[in-house]
Amino acid sequence: MRLEPVEAPTLARRLGYPAAALAATVVVAALLAAVAGGNPAAVLGQIVDGAVGTKFARLETLNRATPLIFTGLAVAVAFRAKLWNIGAEAQLYLGAVATVLIGTQSGLPGPLVIPAMAAGAVIAGAAMLLGPTLLKTKLGVDEVVTTLLLNFVVLLFVGYLLEGPMKDPMGMGWPKSPSLPKEARLPRIVEGLRLHWGFGLALICAFGVWLVQARTTLGFEMRAVGLNARAARFAGMPVNAVLAKTALISGGLAALAGFSEVAGLKGNLTADISPGFGYTGIVVAMLALLNPLGVVVSALFVAGIFVGADSMSRSAGVPSYIADILLATALLFMVLALMLSRFRVVRG
Amino acid sequence: MDLIDILLSATFWAAVLRIASPLIFATMGELICERAGVLNLGIEGIMVAGAFAGWIAVYAGLPLWAGVGCAFLTGVMFGLIHGTLTVPFGLSQHVVGIGLTLLATSATYFAYRVALPEVSSPPRIEAFQPTGWPILGSQTVLTWAALATVAITAWVLYRTPLGLALRAVGENPAAVEAQGLPVHGLRMGAVAVGSGLMAVGGSFLTLSAFNSFFFDMVNGRGWICIALVVFGAWMPGRALLGALLFAGFDAFQVRLQQTELGAGLPYQLFLAMPYLLSILALILMSRRAEVPAALMTPYNKGER
Repeated sequence: MRLEPVEAPTLARRLGYPAAALAATVVVAALLAAVAGGNPAAVLGQIVDGAVGTKFARLETLNRATPLIFTGLAVAVAFRAKLWNIGAEAQLYLGAVATVLIGTQSGLPGPLVIPAMAAGAVIAGAAMLLGPTLLKTKLGVDEVVTTLLLNFVVLLFVGYLLEGPMKDPMGMGWPKSPSLPKEARLPRIVEGLRLHWGFGLALICAFGVWLVQARTTLGFEMRAVGLNARAARFAGMPVNAVLAKTALISGGLAALAGFSEVAGLKGNLTADISPGFGYTGIVVAMLALLNPLGVVVSALFVAGIFVGADSMSRSAGVPSYIADILLATALLFMVLALMLSRFRVVRG
Repeated sequence: MDLIDILLSATFWAAVLRIASPLIFATMGELICERAGVLNLGIEGIMVAGAFAGWIAVYAGLPLWAGVGCAFLTGVMFGLIHGTLTVPFGLSQHVVGIGLTLLATSATYFAYRVALPEVSSPPRIEAFQPTGWPILGSQTVLTWAALATVAITAWVLYRTPLGLALRAVGENPAAVEAQGLPVHGLRMGAVAVGSGLMAVGGSFLTLSAFNSFFFDMVNGRGWICIALVVFGAWMPGRALLGALLFAGFDAFQVRLQQTELGAGLPYQLFLAMPYLLSILALILMSRRAEVPAALMTPYNKGER
């Protein structure tokens, strides 16, 4: 078989295949529920209900979506330039470390400490991705493997910090950092509701990234480098500099996920603040077709599946890992569907 | 314990081979995929799935070798998913590979919870025992199988027409097509068999190194194997050397932790060494490595 480009794909073709991909994911969900001994319709209903059924569930979904918007944006920015940043997890953790250090040690007055924490996080995350990017542009070392391996290194480093220099002396021996003082915590958006300004910052970042991509020279260069780095170089673009700038933005965005989780939600740092937000960001970005505004929608969708599956798992007894399977399946079906909407499969 | 004592002890060298064995299987698997032009980032998840499949099969009452076979078939199945998406459909090997790792890992954990809903700690099985043979007697027969895999891979790649075709399909698929050979078939086959070997590497952990299945037991070994393929410059013998060197460092650091020198350093530093060494290996080899020319380039007939 071979693939033939479809000259002008119809709207039905462009929407039909992605819709079929989502439908296929739902079928997989039903099958998995049945395998685990649940009633497929009831399990699916409980997932939806657990995600958006009550006010508490909706707030929980928004809270869970917040770090995913940041990591999803980080991945979307990088992948658009074909910079394969699989290290959002590491950047998130370094951002969280910087946040806690500045929040507990700097002694800055109230209104200054939060911006300083955010800036510190961005710098830490940006530096974290700049290293592998320079190794790629200067020495040709594949960034996929280096960013992946560094995730493990950074997690061990955080473990060391939490058992050593950053350990909370009042923590009853638990490996956690001291808590941030009250003025270093992100305020709630609406008093009394468990949703913090990290979510607002995430929306602002999504809009900002969209603005950069759609309206600036850098955004154009990032796309050009991603489409064809050689052609971009021939056209006189500083490809390596564009990749370095992309890395700074992407690493900084991922680090803001750590900032927002620590300063907005948890108040301190533990080694388990991220249950794989960095990796899930890849799924979020791909489902959004790497579009920064789409990332918001897909992060809400992905967060809903996680929150819903957690709640369903408690009542229906189907393991909550069903959520991770569904997201991986959705990702694979979606990339296939996007290809099929632009190419026709021909025999021979 | 002195540093020299460590290197002279028999248990050290036994540990080197034990640590290297799963890496050898999986590195050969990845090498076969990449030689045929397909980067398989599903390796980490496939190793998790293989570790589970081998263990659950033996737990269900099958003999140990059947467990290895189940692991291999599980790997082949995931390999066929990867191959279908990346070879005929030509999708991004990065995205599909990461997606497959997420899929295989979560499907494994899901299957574990469904199969064993009630247990708090995973049940043990009767794993492969040391052979007691005059040479490498403390190793299990699976370690011998790992070493044999290297020899077979090298022989097939460099001494058979199939190997020539496989290497050619990773260098210049159009030329292979001109010879009348099936480009897609060769690549699919390489990814399927390679993924099978990755899964066998995972099953070494549950059937030989340990006798049970734990979450996170693969712990980045797949990513390390990808670095080992680069370190080995896509050649089986050199990749074996890389795996042994790597395992040597790993066995050494575990023993170093127990010395006076090691006790003063944070243990996390030792645990991070394997990953840091892999990155170092990538940096050292990056300039000299001969990457298969068509690696990560899908082949679509009639397109240039």
